[in-house]
Formats: sequence, C-alpha cells, structure tokens
Amino acid sequence: MISFTVNGKQRQVDVPAEMPLLWVIRESLNLTGTKYGCGIAVCGACTVHVDGTAVRSCVTPASAVAGRKVTTIEGLSEKGDHPVQRAWTEVDVPQCGYCQSGQIMSAAALLARKPTPTDADIDDGMSGNICRCGTYQRIRAAVHRAAAIKKAGAS
Amino acid sequence: MKTLVTRREILKGSLAVGAGLTVGFTLPPRGRAQTPGVFAPNQWLRIDRDGIVTVTNSVPEMGQGSLTTTPMIIADELDAKLESVKVEQAPANPALYKNPVTGAQSYGGSRGVRDHLEMWRKAAASAREMLKQAAANEWGVPVESVETEEGAVIHRPTGRRLRYGQLVDKAQALPVPPNPKLKTPDQFRYIGKAVKRRDTPDKVTGRGIYGIDVQVPGMLIGSVERCPVFGGKVQSFDATAAKAIKGVKDVVQVSNGVAVVADSFWTAVQGRRALKVTWDEGPTAQVSSAMITREYEAASKQPGQVARNDGDAEKVLAAGGKVHEAIYQVPYLEHACMEPMNATAQVSRESCVIWAPTQNPGGTQATAARITGLPPEKVIVNTTLLGGGFGRRGEVDFIVDAVETAKAVGAPVKVMWTREDDITHGFYRPATYNVFRAALGANGMPEAWATRIVGPGILIQKGRAQAGTIDPAAVEAVRNMPYDIANLRIEWNNKDLGIPLGFWRSVGPSQNGFIIESFIDELAHAAGKDPFEYRRALLGKSPRHKAILELVANRAGWGSSLPAGRARGIAVVFSYGSYAATVAEVSVAPDGAVKVHRLVCGIDPGLAVNPDAVKAQMEGGAVYALTAAYYGQITIDRGRVQQSNFHDYQMLRINEMPVVEVHILDSGEAPGGLGEPGVPSVAPAVTNAIFVATGKRIRKLPIDRSELKRA
Repeated sequence: MISFTVNGKQRQVDVPAEMPLLWVIRESLNLTGTKYGCGIAVCGACTVHVDGTAVRSCVTPASAVAGRKVTTIEGLSEKGDHPVQRAWTEVDVPQCGYCQSGQIMSAAALLARKPTPTDADIDDGMSGNICRCGTYQRIRAAVHRAAAIKKAGAS
Repeated sequence: MKTLVTRREILKGSLAVGAGLTVGFTLPPRGRAQTPGVFAPNQWLRIDRDGIVTVTNSVPEMGQGSLTTTPMIIADELDAKLESVKVEQAPANPALYKNPVTGAQSYGGSRGVRDHLEMWRKAAASAREMLKQAAANEWGVPVESVETEEGAVIHRPTGRRLRYGQLVDKAQALPVPPNPKLKTPDQFRYIGKAVKRRDTPDKVTGRGIYGIDVQVPGMLIGSVERCPVFGGKVQSFDATAAKAIKGVKDVVQVSNGVAVVADSFWTAVQGRRALKVTWDEGPTAQVSSAMITREYEAASKQPGQVARNDGDAEKVLAAGGKVHEAIYQVPYLEHACMEPMNATAQVSRESCVIWAPTQNPGGTQATAARITGLPPEKVIVNTTLLGGGFGRRGEVDFIVDAVETAKAVGAPVKVMWTREDDITHGFYRPATYNVFRAALGANGMPEAWATRIVGPGILIQKGRAQAGTIDPAAVEAVRNMPYDIANLRIEWNNKDLGIPLGFWRSVGPSQNGFIIESFIDELAHAAGKDPFEYRRALLGKSPRHKAILELVANRAGWGSSLPAGRARGIAVVFSYGSYAATVAEVSVAPDGAVKVHRLVCGIDPGLAVNPDAVKAQMEGGAVYALTAAYYGQITIDRGRVQQSNFHDYQMLRINEMPVVEVHILDSGEAPGGLGEPGVPSVAPAVTNAIFVATGKRIRKLPIDRSELKRA
C-alpha cells in the first residue's frame, strides 16, 4: 500500500512499488486528464506536480510519491480557472488538446518559479513538452498572458 | 488547351477537388424516426420545444476544430443563436453520415468543410424554410412576408414573433423543401468570423475524453507484441512467464501478434516483455534503407510511366545546350500522433461496441463487422476525441487489435500501443528519389523540364488504385505543377519494397512540393534571377498561385534588407483545393545549426469559415513541415524501423519555434481544404533560404546540419 495526497485528497493504492505514477493516476485513481505520450520522460504529456514541482509521472515510481502531494490537471483549480487555464482559453491554444494537460502543468510550475517569464524562460520551462499540432506560438502567448492575469489577480 | 488539361490533371491528381459539391446533390432522407416535440428535418440537426438545436457532427474532432466549425455552418444558415446549438458526434452509419463526395464515412484529405459545406447549409436552410412556413401558416400570412432572426420567425408588419421551439411540432409535419434558398455571403452571421473553439474548456481541464481515456465496466487492458519486421507472423509463442505475472489475465494470439491482457497497461507491458515469441519474419527481413536507396537509384535510370508530356522535353534536353540536373531524396516519415494508437471493444453474440479515436468510423464499423460476423448495423462505433490524426487514424489496424482481443477473451478490452509500437508499426510517408533535368533558354527561363519520380504508390499498395497505373498520390503536385513550361515531362517509376505506406499530413505534396519548389529555385539562381520574380513570370496561367505568392512576398517584405546573416526563401504549392505559399527567414550558424526566425504563410482556401481555425491549421502545418525538415527520418534495417521514440524520432519543440504569421486570401472561390495545405510550401521555403544564406543546396531531407558547417 502506498499513501499519498492527490489533488488535496488522501489516497491509498495497492500497486507494485515500481509502477509509474502515471498509471496509478490514470488507471487506479481514474484521473485520465494526465496523458501517456512516450513513457521515457521526453514528451511531457504526463506532467504533474509533486510538492509543487513539475515531474514526468511516466518515469516516477509510485513509491517515490509516498507521503507527498501530487497535483494533476484535475486538481490545478476547482473551476478550471487557474490563470494558466484562463489564458489558454483566451488564446484558444489547444488543437487536438492531447498534450495540453502536460503543457498547462509545466506552465503553472514555470509561473510559480518565474512570475514574469521572458521568452528564454519559456523556452527553458516548456521545451520538455512536445505538441504535435504545433501550438507553440499560442503557448508562448498564453504563458505571457497567464503571467499578466496572475499579476492582476495578485494586486 | 493546356490550361484545360492542367485543370483536369488537378482534378484527377487531388482526387476530385470540390467535385460533387454542386453536381448531383440531393438532400438525404430524414435521418431519424419522428419523435414528438422534436423537429428533425434531416440527420444533421434537430430542434426541441425549448429551442435547443442539436447538430450532429460527422467529422471526427482531431484538432482541426470540427466541433466548432460544423455548428457554425448550420447555425448560420438556420439563423439560430450559436450559443443555443449543441453538438454531438455522429455514430458510424455511412448511409446517413457518409462524406457526400467520397461516399465513405472516413475523413482525410482536408475534407471536413469543403466537402460538407453546401450539404450542411442546405440541410439548415430547409429547416429554416419549414419553420418560416409553420409560422406563416399559424398567422395566416404568406410565407414571403415572414423572416427569421436568431432563433425566431418574425412577421414585421404585425410585430408577431414565434421562437423556433414554439414551432417544432408544426414544422415537423411539413414537407422538406428540396431546394431551399441559401443565404448570400453578406448575410452570414458566423461564417467568416473568428469563433472560439467549443472544445477548449474540456481540453484545458483534462475533462476531454480521448480513446485512451475510455473506461467501460469490467474492462481489461490489452497490449499487442508485434513482429519487429513488417509483415512477419507468429510462428509460436510461450506465455508461461507472462501469465505468471500478477495482474496478467490472458494471452491470446491475434492477427497482428500476441495480445497480453491485464488489469493495467503497465502490467500488460510487463507481460509482453515476458513473452517468448518465435517469429516468421518473412521476406521484408531482407530490406534495409541502403538497399532501398540502391533500388531507387537503379530504377531512376529506367524510363517510368509518363504522367504528363507537354511538347517534347527530351528533344530540347538533347539539343546540346547546358542541362541543369539535380537529384532530390526524401525519407519515410511516421505520423507520431501524441496519443498512441488505441481502441476499446466489447463483443457479444448480438453486438459489438467500439470506442475509438478514429478518422474512419465507417471503416471501423466494416472492420468489426467482418471480424465478428455481425451485420454492420450491430456494430456501434463511438468516435472519441482524437489525440492527433494526420492521416494515421484513417487506418484500422488498431481497431483490429481491439475487436480480436475482446472477442478472444470475452470481456471488454482497451488495447493500447506503446510509443515504440507507434513509431515502429506505422504507415509511412513514402521515401522517394527524384531526378530532375532542365534546359534554360537564352532569357534564363526553362525551355524544357523533366522529372522522374521513383518511389512506391500509397493507393496502389492499399489496393485503391490499380497496379500498373500511375498512383495519383505519388505524382500529386508534380503532375499538376503550375509553371508554364512548353516542354514538360513527368514520369513515375513505381518501386515498392514492402514498407507499409500511409497518408501523412499532405501526402504526395508533402514531398513533391519540396522537390518542385527546390528545383525551380535552383533554376532561378542558375539564371541569375530573383526566385520570386522567376516564379511569378512562370505563373501566367495559374492566377491563384500567383496571387498567394505575391501576398506572402509582399507581407514578408521580399527584397527588403534583413539583419546580417539572415536570408529569405519562398515557395508556393497547391494542395487539397487550397493555394498556399511561404516566405521563410533563416540563418545558419557556423556549426551548421539552422534557425528559422520567421515564416510568413499565406493561404487562399476559397472561403475561410473560421479564420482563427484557419490560422491554427496553418501554424500547425508549418510546425509539422519544419519538424520533418529538421529531424524527420524513418530508416529500415533488416525490415525493422530503427527509430523507436521521441529521443531518436525528434519533434520540433517550443525553443525552435519561429514566429509564424498567417495571411488569408478570401478569394470567394469554392472552399478548399485546410488541414494539409499549410504543410508543403514550408520546407522548400526554408531550404531555399538556406541556399541564399550558405550557397549550399539541400537536396535531401532531413537537413543534414553537418553539411552546412563552415570553417
């Protein structure tokens, strides 16, 4: 049994210690917003937050999150109105949308670290996430927009 | 006469652009049983007593925005409030939901809007006329005296008004008018306006359900171990170790290999690793990339089938003047949809239910009917959101996996592929080898041009074009190249070494746009002329090519000065009913690293229904093309794909993303496609700019940066 917090709720799962967190989230906890893309931490589709840091859940063993706080796209905000989600909606970023949960979790973690990211910060913080539909230009615009929304909300 | 021939060639080459939109159109019969309180004049829309309009969208949502565009079109012609329109995804039922042009309930070829626009408009206009008639009858006034405004019929002289919801019962009893009057473009309320995507809220919260997210009570997860060699078969297998793993429920042989069925995907993959399978690798085990190139090279020295022959190119080329020659090569490419292939199936004696991210609901239904022996109407297909399509999801191999596995184990099964399965068992954009020769006249313009394409034919391999004929996909964008050259010869030499082929976003034009637009650029430079002006001078008979080329040149500031080290390249390609052009601004570092700073893209799609969706498709097409130009290459060794995941089959990332500007030319012509036409002109615009920057002509993709290294 592994216990950890997911989106604010205490959860216990009976899975092999080495099972990747991704499959625990998706299949044991039925939170399917987090996606599988590569299984080797090179595409970012599976990005979640562990204690506030963006991690690739496809290579994170379940045992590594015991006692820790995991946030998935479903728990990023209660009403889907996190500044990043609002910015993504304003800019109409998603096309197929499959990678966007991971993009949004990476962007939220980036903004937590760098409230006013430069283009270079965005390159740095977001280049681990692949989008095959090619929404990068809108992602960049939306990260800047999210920073502005966050700032306006904080003041 | 040549213009006519060219036009006909275009029609043939791109599988009948726009044909059928106006020819032989009939409104389909009423789609659903009459339900009291619901006005359903056809299968595309219904209105309930609350005035809620429900639109049935037959085009799978793969990112192109069909869940938004389809209701836009119908709401506009119905004169309904877009916010009051709901949209649902059509079930598989080709009799009702087939594409009216192709006759199949399968979506590729950028056909979402262009093939359906007129049919949907007529469907909605009929409904509107019936609602008007119902109100006119109610008021005892002539139908000519009533009009509609956003969800209501009004009679201006008396100020009377009835909402659509109040008219459904009366309208339902009326005959469906066969030739309703359509709005004129100036009356459009939504068409032509940038409308926000309806699927965004679900896609920013993780609520959207893709195939991989489907959950069915009692469902197991399957994963199929496939022969590493294309076409290989299971000779024997030992599942003892796999079955000993906790959570593995069953191991069954299926057509595509050995399926391990477990309580989780991760466990199923552990089970696959524990399998001992002996494969009969078959003849493809002899095939490698080096051998393919050798075979292509040999075939390029043999005459091919003549796809086009204007004047006498060979005579001019043999006349003794200088002949400009070049060989262009492109590799196999995999689609790499972000969502790996998957499907879920539940099979019983009475029915089969499928949940799948498919571009091909009709083919899915037919495939499942064949496997289960059930009649097609007993196969229910639920099309989920698609995590990318790009042509890959028109195939049914992943459907076969799910239906066979579910049938064998007697439980609902979701069969999922790993990324490695996806890269190594795709349907690949053909690798080709292309020989060019041209003779320039005293004025520097081409007097003769000959292209010999060597490569396989997708349609022929799939049995959709006859062996021995010219595969239309193989010569598309070459056979119908726009430049006015008196002596022009295009040949195709079919060389198929058994690598499975598929329709990769923009298909033939994805490679043929690159080779044509590179070679014309070579000729311009050989003639000492400006590449934009050179093309322009040859586009006298192709006004729409010329107009879009001029648009991008103008917007990019063609001819104006650039920061030191930067250079521009240009290209124009017609595909899928639309005209697209690109100007690329590029610099090349001393170590050979290419940086694309800016892409100015233009498209003339005839009509842009949702301009923001058009822009998104063009931005996406540019990235798809640039990814291939930078990195895309599938190579074969002993019948096996050598790449396996995103570390060795790389994708463009945000740090490599240029600024992409999109300019739309609304020519008012018949609507063209949008998903694909943004791809073909991008790679040649970039490599043409590389030539200006470095003097090095890129004749082989992907771009080999080591060849661009200086010092």
